[in-house]
Amino acid sequence: MNAPTIAKIRKIATFVEETHREMDRAISPPTRRAAAVAVIENPCAGKYVEDLSELIAIGQELGELLTLRAVAALGIPGALCESYGKAAAVGENGEIEHAAAILHPKLGTPVRRVLGKGAALIPSSKKRGAMGVVLDIPLGHKDAAYVRSHFDGMEVRINDAPRANEIVVAIAVTDSGRPLPRVGGLTKEQIKGEDGLR
Amino acid sequence: MPEVVVRKRVTCVEEIFHEGGPVAARPLRRAAAIAVIRNPFAGSYVESIEGFMDDLKPLGLDMARSLVAALGGDPKNVEGYGKGAIVGAAGELEHGALWHVPGGYAMREVLGGAKAIVASTKKVGGPGTRLDVPITHINASYVRSHFDAMEVGVNDAPRADEILLALVMTTGPRIHARVGGLKASEIKGEDGLR
Repeated sequence: MNAPTIAKIRKIATFVEETHREMDRAISPPTRRAAAVAVIENPCAGKYVEDLSELIAIGQELGELLTLRAVAALGIPGALCESYGKAAAVGENGEIEHAAAILHPKLGTPVRRVLGKGAALIPSSKKRGAMGVVLDIPLGHKDAAYVRSHFDGMEVRINDAPRANEIVVAIAVTDSGRPLPRVGGLTKEQIKGEDGLR
Repeated sequence: MPEVVVRKRVTCVEEIFHEGGPVAARPLRRAAAIAVIRNPFAGSYVESIEGFMDDLKPLGLDMARSLVAALGGDPKNVEGYGKGAIVGAAGELEHGALWHVPGGYAMREVLGGAKAIVASTKKVGGPGTRLDVPITHINASYVRSHFDAMEVGVNDAPRADEILLALVMTTGPRIHARVGGLKASEIKGEDGLR
């Protein structure tokens, strides 16, 4: 953590997965994906707060911080990332709307700035849960949501988070789609990249 | 002995800034390197398995080096370590024991001759099984501030015919360590214990 942050961050974790084989077939080069996950204090926990602008600002900040971390963990330039996704888990004293405030209004712009592009909607999931809750971060191609080979998901989990007054926020990026894609549909070579869909 | 076939590798790094107390000047970092390999002995009882430890040595060294890299590249950053294995359903606990020598000695070698025994744990389990890998100081097992653990696991591993191998390193004491005992500054460094 370099500059002081608006978010009170307790912990940051990064995960990198490389798949070298699937059903005993070699995957060459291996498919790779990375997730960066922050555990933050929920400033709105324990009471109903009408104005969620503090969480929205935290979302903007984490959009940049976590994307930089995930891309660095993957070890490639942001522009070469192929798919992305985001997710949040709110501790038991918060509400699902807190996750929405972090994920939706302002988190996406800095993610796209780090990746150079990102015409497609960033797929997302959210939930409320206890410490150790599993987040399945949905993944989709960053420039064309219909690229079928890149529909995927990455599981992340932090055993001691979220505590009741915390939120876990995750961003995932990849350098590839699924290991052995073969169910047809739009391919990445066919992307027009105009509308974020195809 | 059989070839080492890797299906998947996972690296996890945790950076801990505080746990309700003062924010540390230097955050604690914990890293885990995980490899999911095929269990060449799955499905039946095999008497002679010991040779596979030698086959695992290059993988152990590679994982240990990747952990040092994940923690900044300098072996001097590393103060704690541990190791573990999860054996898939078609294997036996003894297959997990094959990891003691190649996993432990790989870390000691990469860290320049760490003296303490490498804390370890193992079990048999299905995909998604979690393992709490114990951690102790690399040069003196009794250093109380460095007793720690890191939970690791991979949602789709180990399958029945696989073994999940894990190595863990840390950069310092628990974030708010304050229960006394032998301190890292008091290590004599002769026997690996104190």
